[in-house]
Amino acid sequence: MAYKPDRGLIIEFFKELKKNKGAVAGLCLILFFSIVALFASVLAPHSPSELFDNALRLPPIFSEAGTTKFLLGTDDVGRDMLSRLIHGAQVSMLIGLSVVFLAMITGTILGLVAGFYGGLADKMIMRVIDIIMALPSILLAIVVVSVLGPGLENAVIAVSIVAIPGFTRVVRASVMSEKEKDYVQASKSLGASNLRTMLREILPNCMAPLIVQGTLGFSDGILNAAALGFLGLGAQAPTPEWGIMLSDSRAFIESSPWMVTLPGLCILIVVLAFNVFGDGLRDALDPRLKGQG
Amino acid sequence: MLKIFLGKLLNLIPTLIGISILSFILIRLVPGDPVLLLLGERGADPAVYAEMQKSLGLDLPIHQQYFNFVYNVFHGDLGQSIISKRPVATEFFDRFPATLELGFTALLFAFTCGIPIGIFAAVKRNSFWDYFLMGGSLLGYSMPIFWWGLVLILIFSVQLGLTPVAGRMSVLFEVETWSGFLLIDSLKQEVIAEDGFEPFLSALKHLILPSIAMGTIPLAVMARMTRSSMLEVLGEDYIRTAKAKGLSEYHVITRHALRNALIPIITVAGLMFGSIITGAILTETIFSWPGIGKWLVASINARDYPVIQGGVLFIATMIVLINAIVDVLYIYANPKLRT
Repeated sequence: MAYKPDRGLIIEFFKELKKNKGAVAGLCLILFFSIVALFASVLAPHSPSELFDNALRLPPIFSEAGTTKFLLGTDDVGRDMLSRLIHGAQVSMLIGLSVVFLAMITGTILGLVAGFYGGLADKMIMRVIDIIMALPSILLAIVVVSVLGPGLENAVIAVSIVAIPGFTRVVRASVMSEKEKDYVQASKSLGASNLRTMLREILPNCMAPLIVQGTLGFSDGILNAAALGFLGLGAQAPTPEWGIMLSDSRAFIESSPWMVTLPGLCILIVVLAFNVFGDGLRDALDPRLKGQG
Repeated sequence: MLKIFLGKLLNLIPTLIGISILSFILIRLVPGDPVLLLLGERGADPAVYAEMQKSLGLDLPIHQQYFNFVYNVFHGDLGQSIISKRPVATEFFDRFPATLELGFTALLFAFTCGIPIGIFAAVKRNSFWDYFLMGGSLLGYSMPIFWWGLVLILIFSVQLGLTPVAGRMSVLFEVETWSGFLLIDSLKQEVIAEDGFEPFLSALKHLILPSIAMGTIPLAVMARMTRSSMLEVLGEDYIRTAKAKGLSEYHVITRHALRNALIPIITVAGLMFGSIITGAILTETIFSWPGIGKWLVASINARDYPVIQGGVLFIATMIVLINAIVDVLYIYANPKLRT
């Protein structure tokens, strides 16, 4: 008697989503960047770390001095921008994926326990969540990194901690509304354990808001990790991460503006894609919000 | 009403204790010995070491250390910066006005643009303008502001030469701090008598780009929030009544709809303090703005842990208190919630 997703509902959902042109465009962009990330080493014309001594700060193809060998120009030590941006997509998508994975699992467990058991467990968990939320996201991430030390893995952990409250609150709220419903009572009276009731009965019915939160968590994760990279606290120097590419090229903003504009543009497009898609998902999954937000 | 207020206040206590524990253990979680960290590499002399440990109270049991920490905090003592050797609290309040000034102008920019955009989009619902403006605000919402700041510099400072690149005011002028807000201090009579309005204009020019960079995400949030709040109100019966009375659309929107739509908008605005700090950390780094954001980043890079500890405690406490005040004001403004 566990909840099974209804095929008709899924088709209905895609019909609903298709009406939102922005969400479809967002999804296409996400797919595009995912493919670029997956096949980065095939798609990149050069290695992201190869130094071309005779081609320092070459402008992109659309300027007069550009060459076809380096379509988007080169950076200050002669590395191909396009190849670095392509590998940067891999880094950023991996960051987003790890952040959502870590934060979703931790946040969901905390939310399930808080919502299902209530009482003292709920009070304590929500207090910790309140404290996490009292700190601005970047400041909290900075604090975590300052304890763990700078680096890509630590930045991912820091950004995941920042993302946990969102998941916990979403799951807790839907658990609290679901747990009084008849199907949960039925499962309990049939002798199902608490764990089984939580995971098999309640959790599947919390999926819709959780998926939306996951999509939006992806964009927040990428943005925050890039900000840490920009501040020198995330990914370290030779890694082709967009945030650090940006901060490394700040000195060349006047002479070689493409070095600054291109990585930032990539961050913006990916984050925007996830936000547009997440917005569309929310509208499609929650008909009550239609026409609002 | 008083009961609600006291209840809220009581609720704050565990959160504040949690924040104090967090900032207390922060400095102890850092790998390495805090005494050696403070003394530097050459602090290995056992006598000096023991003395330092004693003066910091690090030889006491951990709960005793925590109570001492809280005691000191209530007496305004947050320890000393390792780098500048000055009290953390003094350093903080030296820089805070700069961040506040930037925060205020950024929010001013966000409100004056965001609310009209939201109203316009709601009134022209599902039109080209609605989609265009809401698409634009989603773009603003997704903006990596550390990049946006650089793009603004590239366009307005490098290409057009309209605005300065960094700092709060031209080095040509010196304005004595009185309020800490340069826009106010530069309008004092002595300053005007000496340099005229030049210092004020210089301060204003320095504020433009950082305010836009910092205000972009709040602007997008305000625009989206205003639109959905307006849409909700515009569907109410009293709006139809007002229209049926023959009132002009302008009158209905400004007098009847906007007033009620503003309540949730103001609440969101109150809760934006946290995003101001996040914005400050990134914006101040880009524009070399001498506020607490830049100070915190510099302290992290210099491993100045007392500063990080003090900064975290200050900012988190302030955010919790502001959120509580907004909560109470919201209940006060909305009689339906007063039960």
